[in-house]
Amino acid sequence: MRSISRILAVFSKELAQLRRDRMTFGMVVMIPLIQLILFGYAINTNVRDIPIAVVDQSQTGISRILVQMVEATRVVTVTERLTTPEEAEEAIRSARVRAAFILPDDLTQRLARSPAVGLGTPPSTDQETSRPVAQWIVDGSDTMIASSIKSLRNMPLSEIYRQAPNRSTPTFEVTLFYNPEQRTAVNIVPGLVGTILTMTMIMFTSAAIVRERERGNMEMLINTPIRPIELMVGKIIPYIFIGLVQTAIILSLGHVLFNVPLDGNMIDLFVGTLLFIGASLSLGLVFSTIAQTQLQAMQMTVFVLLPSILLSGFMFPYEGMPVAAQYIAEALPATHFMRMIRGFVLRDATLMDVHRDVIWMSGFFVLGMVAAAVRFKKRLD
Amino acid sequence: MSDIVIQAEGLVKSFKGFRAVDGLDLTIERGMIYGFLGPNGCGKTTAIRMLTGLLTPTEGSVEVLGLSIPKDAEALKYKIGYMTQAFSLYGDLTVLENLSFMGTVYGLTRAQRKERIAEVMNRYELTQLSDRFAGKMSGGQRQRLALAAAVLHGPQLLFLDEPTSAVDPESRRHFWEQLFDLVDEGTSIVVTTHFMDEAERCHKIAIMEAGQKRLDGTPGALMSAMGANVVEIEAPNLRDIRRHLLGTEGIVTAAQLGARLRVLVKDTIPDPEGFLKSNPQTASATIVEQVRPNLEDVFVTATGEGRQ
Repeated sequence: MRSISRILAVFSKELAQLRRDRMTFGMVVMIPLIQLILFGYAINTNVRDIPIAVVDQSQTGISRILVQMVEATRVVTVTERLTTPEEAEEAIRSARVRAAFILPDDLTQRLARSPAVGLGTPPSTDQETSRPVAQWIVDGSDTMIASSIKSLRNMPLSEIYRQAPNRSTPTFEVTLFYNPEQRTAVNIVPGLVGTILTMTMIMFTSAAIVRERERGNMEMLINTPIRPIELMVGKIIPYIFIGLVQTAIILSLGHVLFNVPLDGNMIDLFVGTLLFIGASLSLGLVFSTIAQTQLQAMQMTVFVLLPSILLSGFMFPYEGMPVAAQYIAEALPATHFMRMIRGFVLRDATLMDVHRDVIWMSGFFVLGMVAAAVRFKKRLD
Repeated sequence: MSDIVIQAEGLVKSFKGFRAVDGLDLTIERGMIYGFLGPNGCGKTTAIRMLTGLLTPTEGSVEVLGLSIPKDAEALKYKIGYMTQAFSLYGDLTVLENLSFMGTVYGLTRAQRKERIAEVMNRYELTQLSDRFAGKMSGGQRQRLALAAAVLHGPQLLFLDEPTSAVDPESRRHFWEQLFDLVDEGTSIVVTTHFMDEAERCHKIAIMEAGQKRLDGTPGALMSAMGANVVEIEAPNLRDIRRHLLGTEGIVTAAQLGARLRVLVKDTIPDPEGFLKSNPQTASATIVEQVRPNLEDVFVTATGEGRQ
């Protein structure tokens, strides 16, 4: 009974302090709100409107049609017209454009022989037939941009001579489940819950306890009969609520703004989110027993936050990483949460479908709480 | 109920080889104010932290209120109150919120809490301030709040670590009156200080230096057993006289107090006034008279340069 009232005392004290700390209180709402809008619109893996330079050495009607066809794909936008390939290289070096489209002066001849145009197949013994019609010079340092331009390599050209497009049969049939329109936001928004919770939950809890140490409150607190576990539980309850509020903001706003589906199993989603909040909070508590200042607590948070963004599958597919990096990613609660929440929100998965992540996260939570309680000493030495 | 509240033997605390407290023996009786007097860094705070169970002694044994420390430190926490050196309540909570939090943490029921909070707020003149944020109050007000929080659960033993270093003399006097009220009600108090006037108010004091207890006893007994007599000299060239006297045999120390020089003469010299008058250095003195020793004299003879 005393235990519960002490936990409640810590809880209401924390709430009162939080309410008066307008800045922190504002951040609780503003961080998810702004980041959702920012990333929901900004992060897009479908690259469009890459600025390019055109070097048209043939200067014919055909070459102008070809440039228009390339622009019509919307992958690129012509921002400069230059006369020599050297000028184009210079434009790429100085980052005015990402690529240059070079049309040779014998473009018309090359086009006539090109199989892409579909004017029948000329004898393949002819060396000339195998020559491409024009050339792309690309700043290949960004692989996403490079592959977007590479996707233009096999662009059909039959329209130039008003030929009916070849009705080619694809080798494979591909059916896209869960995100058929290939909208990036559908994948980003649930993932954002994971990264924002990782940041706020770890940071708030570690800072909340370290702050008491920095301000000298801890010396007074450990002189009272309060038990470490009572202090910790009382301290984390307000942050559990904060985590749930942030999740609700991101998912509901993601539904409204980006039409991210929200018809999965809500109870599973709630339980999974609670588990992740618990795991992150317990990690924050462990940090709070290590860090001596709020700055140190902040550094430890960033230490976990960056891999949680980059390795968890939020930005890049988990499967694409080397095995060693996958092991590191497995250790992060965010990785498991990414799988869980994308499963719940997008694939209508249940807790049973992701039971391995559930078990791992529960283990992490229990272990973190035990470690924090053991490490937290009611002593100054 | 034994009449000893604190019994410590051979208490040692080392921090990486540095002995902050070095072989401290203590016997503190019930119903008195016991003061630790010493300069900063002499181990007062470390000693108090060991007595409350905040620090584990490297060596030695402590028994506080019949409980062995650190083994029974948790049980002890209900029976003691502790006021830290720096203000350690929450600056962003109000007076009432702070007291209510402390009351709950100490396990008081709602009814007890209400009664005790009203009582201490009234007693320490906090009723008018109950909605003020602790961080926005003056040093004196904050100190009253800290004391109120420390005695809220009715501890038998109260530890105060330099309680008055941040308040004005008026508040300090008032504070001590409140301490004597507590003692009158049966509370025992352990206090650290580096103010002589404060130490003089204690029933018993221990003079600490470099982690060791140099002397202990009642201030009166310490003054009469000082081993030196105090003579004050008035002369035009006090700085010169002081310089000469410091090297002279039989002189413990000399310190200037405004227009007078306060000279401590070893009590092996039977007639200290005559001894100084006959000294050629003090020929210019207009007044040479023996005065009543104070605690500072005791402190100086017991520590530092005065101790050979």
